[in-house]
Amino acid sequence: MITLHHFLFVSIILFGLGVYAVLTRRNAVMVLMGIELILNAANLNFVAFSRYGGLKLDGQMFALFVIILAAAEAAVALAIILNIYQRFNTINVDDVDTLKE
Amino acid sequence: MEFFSKADLIGTLPLLVVFGCSLLLLLLDALFKDAKKLVFSVGIIGMLTAIGCSLYTFPLSATAFSDMVLVGGYASFFNILFLTIGIIVFLLSYSYLEKQHYHLKEFYTLIVISISGMMLMASSADLIIIFLGIEIMSVCFYVLAGYKRIKVEGNEAALKYFLLGAFATGFLLYGIALIYGTMGTTNLIRISQNFDAFSHPLYLAGWGLLLIGFSFKIAAVPFHMWAPDVYEGSLTTVTALMSTGGKAAAFSSFILAFSIPLSMHNEKLMMVIAILSAASMLIGNVFGLAQKNIKRMLAYSSIAHAGYMLVGLASGTKLGMDGIIFYLISYSLTNLGAFGIISIFEKENGGNLSYEDYAGLGSRKPILAALLSLCMFSLVGIPPFAGFIGKYYLFASAVQSNLTWLAIIGVMTSLVSTYYYLRIVVYMYFRESQQSELIFVPSLALASVVLVSIGIFIFGIFPSLILNVIQNLL
Repeated sequence: MITLHHFLFVSIILFGLGVYAVLTRRNAVMVLMGIELILNAANLNFVAFSRYGGLKLDGQMFALFVIILAAAEAAVALAIILNIYQRFNTINVDDVDTLKE
Repeated sequence: MEFFSKADLIGTLPLLVVFGCSLLLLLLDALFKDAKKLVFSVGIIGMLTAIGCSLYTFPLSATAFSDMVLVGGYASFFNILFLTIGIIVFLLSYSYLEKQHYHLKEFYTLIVISISGMMLMASSADLIIIFLGIEIMSVCFYVLAGYKRIKVEGNEAALKYFLLGAFATGFLLYGIALIYGTMGTTNLIRISQNFDAFSHPLYLAGWGLLLIGFSFKIAAVPFHMWAPDVYEGSLTTVTALMSTGGKAAAFSSFILAFSIPLSMHNEKLMMVIAILSAASMLIGNVFGLAQKNIKRMLAYSSIAHAGYMLVGLASGTKLGMDGIIFYLISYSLTNLGAFGIISIFEKENGGNLSYEDYAGLGSRKPILAALLSLCMFSLVGIPPFAGFIGKYYLFASAVQSNLTWLAIIGVMTSLVSTYYYLRIVVYMYFRESQQSELIFVPSLALASVVLVSIGIFIFGIFPSLILNVIQNLL
């Protein structure tokens, strides 16, 4: 039988993988995917809590908002990354480092 | 079944006006090809109307839309602050964008939308509204940070701001999810009524993640790495908006969310916030010393000021919260003035940003130099300017809550900061100028800077004018 704890366990693994991707990946698109993983880990939590905690539909509604905002963020992010590629000819975040004293 | 009442609509009138205004601006943007003036003036009229509505809703004290949004008092007060910041940024931007050749009308629309996000953050009675407000504001900021899209530094600022900002949002959201799971609700009022689950590890982890998310947004150490690069790479008026409105909005919802655990006098939480605060004051001020670029210096200064304001939050008392709100006002006015003058003085291609460039400004442009000196004095916290009263309240609250060591760090680091703030004044008055070209001073921008400076003076000499209002907010 699948319980709340299974969902929380999967969610925390997703969260950890997301943080790992953001911290170790150098490709900007990969970092963006890491961020998406973190957001979806939170979504999974919301839906699982809402379903197993008998908490009406608040969690599902929250998850919907997050999905919409993640889409908006991805649109802005890809536009920024496209611009970066045009200026720097790379999307490696380590190479994008001209602002220093 | 009724989903909302007439009272809800009247109470949230300022928000609705700004939302409506931003939609109207999008429409005007699409309908007319070259309508910068139109978009600019409609935006200003919209924000002035919203200020009027905020004054009207100020005496109310309620929640709207099933306890989702706060109405009146605290929310209206912050709405007026954000809208004032928005109007001043509008006035500063018009001539500045013209000079920098980035004058597109979308700029104004984005600012109005980000202001609506800030207003939502200060009006939140539910964690979902905090999240929505932060996202509306941040997504606009990501775009605004990259507004210099032909330049390398603009793109870099946007990328860094986006990656770190979105990462922080992820933490914030995961924290909210854990609080929702353990408390069964995201409503701040209901959470405050039910402390039973307070010791649950998931619940504590939730508040911890929320704290990390907010620390990113206010640029507190160790989550400050983005601030110097983003402040330097963005257009100066955008930096003005991010460092004043963005910070004030983050603090307004920070106070709303954390007044619950802090009201329990949770020693551990107070200690964590005190350490964040001490680290921000130390690192911000020490790194500020080494900067050559004025915008970068003000970025480290903004990190240090986040530290000062966290002192008030760490104290957990009402005096501390009132101090933060007063400090936010004085800091916002001062930074708007400083960035305003920098934007007037900045050259077409982004030059004139180092200390050396300010040499001799005192004789070349006496009014600008005097106003910039006034802003610097207020940032240091020298009486009779507003910055002094703010610092006084914050440090007094720390002493009251047995955090005297924090107040001592605050005073010591303020002394350190005197060096880099007054260095600019020394350059302006005691160094010979290397340049001889004329500086064009646009009247709109100058008027707004003068207005801001008068504000710094009045709130510094008669702080009770605004303190009496602040004391009845929370």
